[in-house]
Amino acid sequence: MNKGIEVLRPGLLTTVQDLGRYGYQQYGMVVAGAMDAFSLAVGNLLVGNPRNAAGLEITLIGPELQFHQESVIAITGADLKATLDNHPLPRWKSIYVEPGQILRFHRPQQGIRAYLCIAGGIDVKPIMKSRSTFLKGKMGGYQGRALQSGDILPVGSTHLPFSQITGRFLSPREQPVYDKKVTLRVIMGPQADAFTEEGVHTFLTSSYKVTPQSDRMGTRLEGPPIQHKEGADIISDGIAPGSIQVPAGGQPIILLADRNTTGGYTKIATVISVDLPLIAQSAPGHTLSFRAVEIEEAQKLAIAQEKLLRQLEIIGRKG
Amino acid sequence: MTLSYQPLGDTGIRIQFGNTIDPEINRQIHSYCQRLEKESIPGVIEWVPSYCAITIYYKPYIIQYHDLLQRLKKIAQQLQDHTAAPAEVIILPVLYGGEWGPDLQSVAQKNGLSTEEVIQLHSETKYLIYMMGFLPGFPYLGGMTDKIATPRLEVPRQRVPSGSVGIAGSQTGVYPLESPGGWRIIGRTPVRLYDPHREDPILLKTGNYIQFRPIDEKEYKEIEEKEAQGIYVVDKKLLKGDRSIA
Repeated sequence: MNKGIEVLRPGLLTTVQDLGRYGYQQYGMVVAGAMDAFSLAVGNLLVGNPRNAAGLEITLIGPELQFHQESVIAITGADLKATLDNHPLPRWKSIYVEPGQILRFHRPQQGIRAYLCIAGGIDVKPIMKSRSTFLKGKMGGYQGRALQSGDILPVGSTHLPFSQITGRFLSPREQPVYDKKVTLRVIMGPQADAFTEEGVHTFLTSSYKVTPQSDRMGTRLEGPPIQHKEGADIISDGIAPGSIQVPAGGQPIILLADRNTTGGYTKIATVISVDLPLIAQSAPGHTLSFRAVEIEEAQKLAIAQEKLLRQLEIIGRKG
Repeated sequence: MTLSYQPLGDTGIRIQFGNTIDPEINRQIHSYCQRLEKESIPGVIEWVPSYCAITIYYKPYIIQYHDLLQRLKKIAQQLQDHTAAPAEVIILPVLYGGEWGPDLQSVAQKNGLSTEEVIQLHSETKYLIYMMGFLPGFPYLGGMTDKIATPRLEVPRQRVPSGSVGIAGSQTGVYPLESPGGWRIIGRTPVRLYDPHREDPILLKTGNYIQFRPIDEKEYKEIEEKEAQGIYVVDKKLLKGDRSIA
C-alpha cells in the first residue's frame, strides 16, 4: 500500500467525525459529529481544511496510526500525550509527517477527546451530506463503525503546499483548559416551570458528578435530585445539543452529539454552545455545576468564537 | 391560536402550538413548516416538527434570537392566509401474518377478532404522520382504531427486521431499520422507509398520511426485487376532503 493512514491499533473508541449531519433531524436522523466541535474546527483550519472536513475523534485511550503518505496533521482537544516516532507532539499546532511515521497516544493528561486532523481530510464517502459516524445507526464514517486494526483510511487531496500549512498554531491564550471541576453556563427552559422553586435552586447550586454511563449520546450526572412539580414527562419534542433532561428520578442528563432528535422528558435548561466542548472533555468522576445566563450574553460569546475561527480561516486561505 | 416562543439554548427556538396530541394542531405545525421552508431565513439550519411544537435551529452569529423571533412571529401572522399544500397519502404494501407478522394471531385473539378482520381494520384507515423520531425514518402515526389496540410484548424481541409493521397499545408504526423492539409485529412491507444511499434517504414526511395495502407473497417478492434495484416507485395519492380524517 502506498497511501492513507493505517490503523495499527484502534484505541478505545476512535471514529471518523465531521461537524455533524444537519438537515435531516425532521426525519428522525441523528446529527452525530464531533463531540467537541471547536477542537475539530480549529484542527481543520490549522491544516488548511474547511472547518467541516472529517478528522478522527480519539477517546481516552488513543490509537496507534502509521502514515503512508506525506502530509500535515494537527492534534487538538484533549492532551493524550501524543508522540510521532516517539517524539512528543505539541497540540494545537500543524506538523509535517513523512511516510512511515507512527503516531501514538500514551495517557490522558487533560480532557478525554483528542482530534486528529489531516490536510485534505479523511476522505470517506459522505452519506446524507456528512462523513460523521453514527454508531447506533451503523452508518457514515468508516463503514459505520469505530476503527479497527488493519483499517486503511483514505486521505483527501489538498491544493496548499505542505510548507505553507506547517507550523501554524492556535495562540496559547485561545487554547482551552479542561478542568476536573467545571461551571457550565446555561439558558433556563424551555420546561423550567415544570420544576419546583426548590428544584431549580438545587440545580443551580449543586455539584453533579459525571458517571461512567456517559457516552456520545449524553453525559449522565449524579447528585442532589432535582424536584419536579408534577410529572417528568412531556409530549415529545426537539432536543438541542446541551439540553439537560431531568427524568422522574431527578438526576440530570446532558444530551450531546448522538442524542435522539426528539425526547419526552422535561428539559430544565440548555448549556450554551461555547461551553459544549467542556462537557465533551469531562471524564467520569469530574464535577459539573450550572450557572444561568441570558441569551444575549450566550450569543455574544458565540459570535466572539466565530470571529476567532474566521481569523484562522483567513490566515488559512493566505497560506 | 396563541403560540408561545422560548429559547432552547443559544442555537434553538421552540414554538409551542398547544398541549395536546390533536390533528388540527399538528396541521398548523405542518403549514408553519411549509412557510418556514419558503421563507428560507438566513442563519436557520433546520427545524424539527413534533406533536405540538416546532424546534428551529439557527446560527447565532448569522441571526440573533430577537431578530429571528420577529421573523418567526411574522410567519405566524401570515399563517391564516396560508393554504397548506394538500397532504399526500403514501400507500405501503404489507404482507400480513406468517413469518412476516408473527404476532397477527395474538392481536386477533386478544381483541376477539379473526386475522382477516384485523387486516381489514388495520388497512382501511389513513394514518396521519404526526412526527418522525426514535429511529431515522420512524413515523409516529395517529388514528388507529382501538378495536385492534394491543399491549406491547412482555419480553421485547432482540431483533425486529426492517419493514416490520407493528402495534403498541393504540399506536401503529413501521420499523425503518432492524432494531430491538417490543411492538407486536403483524406484517412487513418490502418498501424501504430509510435508505441512506438513496437521493431522498427518508420516504415519509410529517403531515402526510400512510395507508397500508395487503399483498401476497408473490407481490412482496416482486416489490422487494424492485427496491433492491432501486426502481420501485411508491404509490401516492392526494388526500381528499382533508381535516375529518385522522
